[in-house]
Amino acid sequence: MPHSPPDKSTALDIRDLGFDYRAKAALDGFTLSMEAGELVILLGPNGAGKTTLFSLICGLFAPARGTIRINGFSLANRTDALAPLGVVFQAQTLDLDLSVQQNLQYFCALHGLPRAAARSRIDNALKRMDLHTRAHEKVRTLNGGHRRRVEIIRATLHEPSVLLLDEPTVGLDIPTRAELLEYVRELPQTQGCAVLWATHLIDEIRNTDRIAMLHAGNKHHDGVAQQLLADNQCADLPALMRSLNEAASNITSEGSKPQPGTSA
Amino acid sequence: MKLHRRYLTSVSGIVMRELLRFVHQRERFLAALVRPLLWLIVFAAGFRAALGLAIIPPYQTYISYEVYIVPGLIGMIQLFNGMQSSLSMVYDQEMGSMRVLLTAPLPRWYLLLCKLLAGVLVSLMQIATFLVMARIVGIDFAYTGSLAALPVMLLSGIMLGSLGLLISSVVRQLENFAGVMNFVIFPMFFMSSALYPIWKMRESSEWLARVCELNPFTHAIEAIRFAFYGQLNILSMSILVVCTLLFFGIACWSYDPARSFRAGRTAPA
Repeated sequence: MPHSPPDKSTALDIRDLGFDYRAKAALDGFTLSMEAGELVILLGPNGAGKTTLFSLICGLFAPARGTIRINGFSLANRTDALAPLGVVFQAQTLDLDLSVQQNLQYFCALHGLPRAAARSRIDNALKRMDLHTRAHEKVRTLNGGHRRRVEIIRATLHEPSVLLLDEPTVGLDIPTRAELLEYVRELPQTQGCAVLWATHLIDEIRNTDRIAMLHAGNKHHDGVAQQLLADNQCADLPALMRSLNEAASNITSEGSKPQPGTSA
Repeated sequence: MKLHRRYLTSVSGIVMRELLRFVHQRERFLAALVRPLLWLIVFAAGFRAALGLAIIPPYQTYISYEVYIVPGLIGMIQLFNGMQSSLSMVYDQEMGSMRVLLTAPLPRWYLLLCKLLAGVLVSLMQIATFLVMARIVGIDFAYTGSLAALPVMLLSGIMLGSLGLLISSVVRQLENFAGVMNFVIFPMFFMSSALYPIWKMRESSEWLARVCELNPFTHAIEAIRFAFYGQLNILSMSILVVCTLLFFGIACWSYDPARSFRAGRTAPA
């Protein structure tokens, strides 16, 4: 059946998304729209539904409700929708017994990149991340920070329009975290991709960042951090997060569902 | 990126990755080889005196028991390999790499087929080494029929891998290899024509012989056995083709990546 022509102005378009675990809603009524070149911080405590959301966006789980469009293509059309998507999963996904280069080549093959083009992109990306001297080493020999760098390189080799990063800095030391965050923050400008960065670490947020806040499977806030600070009369981000978390907990415990996409 | 190129590069990438992993994991290779060699050299040597074999097709003359069980042991290599790799596709041992695979922009059935195919190619390398070892220890098998048997072994490998994927996806209790070994591999192996011809089994028990005849693994072995001798066993081949399509179809339909999360080991945040 022919698909309707996609609307490519929106890189990622999620509407009323829902998913259930054992008849309990893990995600409910989630709506988010991202333009090309935009960075959104998906903020939420552990268990908020961030990984479930990512698993739905990349087609691992089938949504119980709602729709997801990537570059205008519905996920029902896997071959078109997943082609412009890059993902860094929270869990380790590199093959430890293969070298850095072999892991990256495998990914390029899955995305249909010709061997010569793949090799050139891999070389350039490894140089940019200062990993070119370790290309032929087994991933097993790399430390956590280097493995994460390899995963970020891998997720961007096919020049995606949408890049998902699920808590990629968890377990890393502070300098490595800062370095990775800096690199990813440049991607919307350098590659023009929309970046959705999931985290529960407040120190990764800047006042100018757009934040989508997830709590118990519902989106409670969506806006620029600075504006949320002013709206909630908070002095700094930690105070804002405490305030937003409390408000979200109250709404959730009262059982009233917040309107998606609205700020507090 | 052109779609047809993606289909081609992905299958070569998946196969290449599996072969590289195979090269890196020598102990896995040795373990897969030791098992059938033990059966061939130790079990078969002891058993040959106890079991007299009449001349049955495809054999045209009296054969020793060691010669008889070679196709069965080839099936054993494929059975263990298929179950092991399929189980790891469902449970978390390989969950990380399965996520990368399943988020590739290709139909899920195609990605699973490529993954099964890659596993089968590894099992074919194990079989080739097993046959070389069998020749070295002096087993007088129809080695020249290897080329004719190759497509049959490819098909039987995919059938067994699909069956493993299907069982792992559907039966929740079989979440480790010991469970699969006790409830799937051993019953399938012993209730087949791998170790003894069905007519021999019928001498002891009619209903066991019937079960053997219904076991798709029996037909995989018989199709392989006949192919090595340059013959086509139409019944076994037909059952093999139908079972491969059926098992693969149901396995694709029932495969659910969310399952390992639901099992409660790695609940998503």
